[in-house]
Formats: sequence, C-alpha cells, structure tokens
Amino acid sequence: MNSLREVHRPDVSFRWILMICAWVAFLLLTGFFIFLFDLGFPALRDLGFNLLTLEWNPPLKVFGMVSFIYGTLLTSLLALFIATPVSVASAVVLSELAPGKLAKALGFLVEMLAAIPSIVYGLWGLFFLVPILRETVMPFVQKFVGFLPIFGGPIYGVSVFSAAVILAIMVIPTITAVCREIFANIPQVQRDGMLALGATRFEMIQVAVLDSSRSGIFGAMVLGLGRALGETMAVTMLIGNRSELDFSWFAPGQTMASAMASEVAEASGTHLAALGMVGFVLLLISALVFYSTKWALKGSGR
Amino acid sequence: MNSKNLLVTKGLKAFVADFEILHGIDLAVGEREVVALIGPSGCGKSTFLRCLNRLHEETEGAHVEGSVVLEGIELYDRKSDPVALRRRIGMVFQKPNPFPSMSVFDNVAAGIVLQGVKNKSVLQEAVERSLRQAALWDEVKDYLDRPGTSLSGGQQQRLCIARALTVKPPVLLMDEPTSALDPISTAKIEELVAHLKEQMTIVVVTHNMQQASRISDRTAFFLYGNVVEYGATREVFTTPKNRKTEEYITGRFG
Ligand SMILES: Nc1ncnc2c1ncn2[C@@H]1O[C@H](COP(=O)(O)OP(=O)(O)O)[C@@H](O)[C@H]1O
Ligand SMILES: [Mg+2]
Repeated sequence: MNSLREVHRPDVSFRWILMICAWVAFLLLTGFFIFLFDLGFPALRDLGFNLLTLEWNPPLKVFGMVSFIYGTLLTSLLALFIATPVSVASAVVLSELAPGKLAKALGFLVEMLAAIPSIVYGLWGLFFLVPILRETVMPFVQKFVGFLPIFGGPIYGVSVFSAAVILAIMVIPTITAVCREIFANIPQVQRDGMLALGATRFEMIQVAVLDSSRSGIFGAMVLGLGRALGETMAVTMLIGNRSELDFSWFAPGQTMASAMASEVAEASGTHLAALGMVGFVLLLISALVFYSTKWALKGSGR
Repeated sequence: MNSKNLLVTKGLKAFVADFEILHGIDLAVGEREVVALIGPSGCGKSTFLRCLNRLHEETEGAHVEGSVVLEGIELYDRKSDPVALRRRIGMVFQKPNPFPSMSVFDNVAAGIVLQGVKNKSVLQEAVERSLRQAALWDEVKDYLDRPGTSLSGGQQQRLCIARALTVKPPVLLMDEPTSALDPISTAKIEELVAHLKEQMTIVVVTHNMQQASRISDRTAFFLYGNVVEYGATREVFTTPKNRKTEEYITGRFG
C-alpha cells in the first residue's frame, strides 16, 4: 500500500555517499577559511585596518595588501578580457567550422593544454614570451599610446601585463573546452532552423550558437576567472614581484597569490600572519566571485 | 491537384559519407498541392525533405546527386546559392525549435530581418500577418515580447510555422510537424495546412496515416530510400498498387 514511498536500498546507500561527500567538501572549505583566519589573526589584531593600505614593507612591519588585491584583480580581468574572445572564437571553429576529425584532434589538444602544469607555462613565459613582449610588443604599444599612464614608464619585461598575458594563455584552454562543450549540447535543430530560414553560416552561428549560449559563456568565463585569481606559479615568475602599486601595466607588480608564494619561505611573526590574511582575503574573493555568479546565472534563468 | 509542376526531383540521391540514403528519387509536386510522404522510420523521408532546401549538404560528410528543379530553376546548379534558395522555401521541424534567445516577435521576424528588413512598421505588419496566418495571433498578441520558448508546445510549433511564413515562401516543407503535439494542437495544425495550401505548396512527412489522408492531395510511400508508390492520396489509401504499400498502410509492418 505504501510501496510508492518505499525507498530502495541502493538509493539509500547512494544518498549516504552523496551526503558524506557534500559534508567533506563543506568541512574542507570551512577548514581552509578557519586555518587561514587563524594563521592571519595576529596580523588582524595588531594591524587592523592598516592591512587595507597601499604600502607593503616587511622590514618596516608595514603590511598593506591593497596593491596585491589590485594586482590580482587587474591581471585576472585583463587575462579574461584577452582570453574570452580568443576562446569563444576557438570553440566556434572547433564545434562549427572545422571538419569532424580535425575538430576532434584539435579539441583533444586543447584539453591537453589545460592540463599542462603551470611551472611549464611559467618557464615558457619567462624565456620565450617575456622577451617578445619586452623587445617587440611593449615598445610598439608605448610608441603609439605610451602617453596613457597604463602603458607608460620603463619596460622591464616582467610585469603585470606579462602576467596577464600568461594567465590569458593559461585560461584559454579552459574557457575553450567549456564553450565547446556548451556548443556541442546545442540541439542540431536550432542550427537547422536558422539555416532553413536562409541564414549564412555566420548568421547561424551568431543566433543559434552564440546568442543562445550567453549564460553558458559567462559561466565559462567565471571558471576561467577562478583559475586566474588563484594561479600562482606562472604569475610569480612573470610579474616581477614588486610590492608597490604602479599604474603602469608594464611595471612589475604583485598578486595576492604571488606575494604569498614569493615571501612565505622567509616570513615569520607578523609578516607570516599578514600573508595568512592575504590568503584569507583571496579565498574570500574567490568564493564571492563564485557565489555571485551562481546567483547572477540563476537570475538570468539558468 | 494542379497540372503545373512547381517542384520536380530527378534521380535524386543523397549520401552521408559512402552510405547512399536515397537511391534516385523522381517526384513531381504541383503548385498549391499538399504532398504527404509516408513510410517506415529510417527510409529517408527527412533526408529527402532536407534535399529540397539543400539542408542535407550541411550534414558533415553529406552530398547529393541528381536534380531538383524549383519553378524551372535547378537547385543543385553550380551557380545557385543555397542561402538564397532557403529563403524561398520554408521548413518546419519535428520538434518545435523557436530560437531561445528571441522573443515571439523576433522569432517571427527572423526570416525577413536576415534579408535586411529593418523598418519597424514593415516588421510589425509582417509579424502580425504571419501570426494570423498561423492561427496564433489571438493567443500571443499580448505576449510578443516574451521568449518564444515560453509558449506551449503546440503554440511553439505554430510559431515556427509563422516564422517560416514570414518570407512568403512558395514552398513549405514540414517534417512530422505534429508528432510531438497533443491531439488538439495537431488538429489546429492540420486545419492550418488546409488554409495554407491555397497559397503555397506543402510537402509534409507524417507517420500518421489518418493525417496523411486528411490533409494531402497526393501521397508518396517511401521504402528503403526509394519511392515505392506515388499517387492521389485517395487511391494510395484505398487501392494501393504495391503490396508493400498496402501492408504498410494497413499497419502490417513499419
Ligand atoms: N547524419 C547522418 N549520418 C548517417 N546516417 C544518416 C544521417 N542522417 C540520416 N542517416 C540515415 O539515413 C537514413 C534515413 O534517415 P531519415 O531520412 O532520417 O529517415 P526518416 O525520416 O524516413 O525516418 C537512416 O538509415 C539514417 O540512419
Ligand atoms: Mg524523419
């Protein structure tokens, strides 16, 4: 009589497994927050709002992290700005234009690129990318728009801009792969509908592929942003590690992740605690980005 | 039935890679005639339809041989442009496929917007005309700004018909347009076909024998990539010449 309500055994154990996984994930996340807060607490206690100032100078016991936050946001957003059009275009080529076999092979390569360790990107960036940027790209840009403060100043090679470019290169495979997946899930009948109306291939792609995947593309960008915000190794190698806020993108800088990576080994006391707070803020920003996008996507009906 | 043939295929073969789906179809469709294509699944009805507006060749690895002549012009001529051609042939698919990023209005206007029409009042007029033609105007006239996908399944399918009608095509292709719909929506669309045939030629694939006999003037029975029988619907259903046709329409196979 109550057979419809009866829960089958496998379902019960499956639910338990899910529950456990969810709790482990939750505890791990809160654990990270607690750990970093605990590590950073002495700095918060001693310095308070002084943590949110511009100057970071460990010998003088001055620990303002704003330039790191600025560096993180600038490099990540710049990277996203460069990477998104390239990624979406690549995904369109892979899913709509390249013939099947070639698309498969290229798609596989793209996924491989996403799996390359960041130290490899870092080395390649340092010895291949930075020289090109320093000798060619930056002087060229400076020649034409050097009057803008963001492109002014001396050129060192290692810089916020170089870090942003390597970040862009690193997130392109991620965003491309996600977009490709999204495009692959668009029903063929959407494309057919557009073609049957007399759309050219590009008009079809515009409407049936791009317009209908806006929120998906946005999600892919956030995934890329998440990766860029926390990326450490390659950025640390390319950004120049100067803890000063400089408005020129061609000047060395620092991100939250690169500051931690480059200083944690020789830090102790308040310095170490301040780095802990930097980590705490980074985690906070990442979580904020993640949840606000979830919320935004929900609002747009996805 | 009209004596003047609007659409004629000769020796039409369709391939995907090396696989020959259609084995040389000869079929003539008259002006303002409704032709039903019937036959078991996988026999090539959809493929045939997609050859008529050169959509089949968009499938990866697909190609077409033979000839399709529309209003005296060879569609598979080297010089003929598939995009321009598709603007003269409407198509309605099995599953309603309004563009999810577009409102009801934009869906209906899409065809002429592609042709470069920008004038607001021209668009408005065209959209209203198409929606009226598709017997949908009264139901959606207050919701033109809503997403096309917010309509019910039956309304979505009529929206797709309206979308196809906006460019005033002389030919409308329909691939099982009611197979995903409830009986009431199905009846509406059948009624619609009866009206539309006064202005255009309709080729419709259907799995529903009653539907074929209700709405079509002529019926073609497809089997394994061939047309086994083609004739006046009444005759095909009452006195089929081919034994396979008879078996199929009496439900003994297929
Ligand atoms: N893209 C494709 N790739 C390979 N085979 C296909 C493709 N499209 C259709 N076919 C084959 O062509 C045959 C006819 O398909 P279709 O025209 O859809 O039949 P129907 O509409 O009569 O059910 C089927 O055997 C099907 O497997
Ligand atoms: Mg079919």
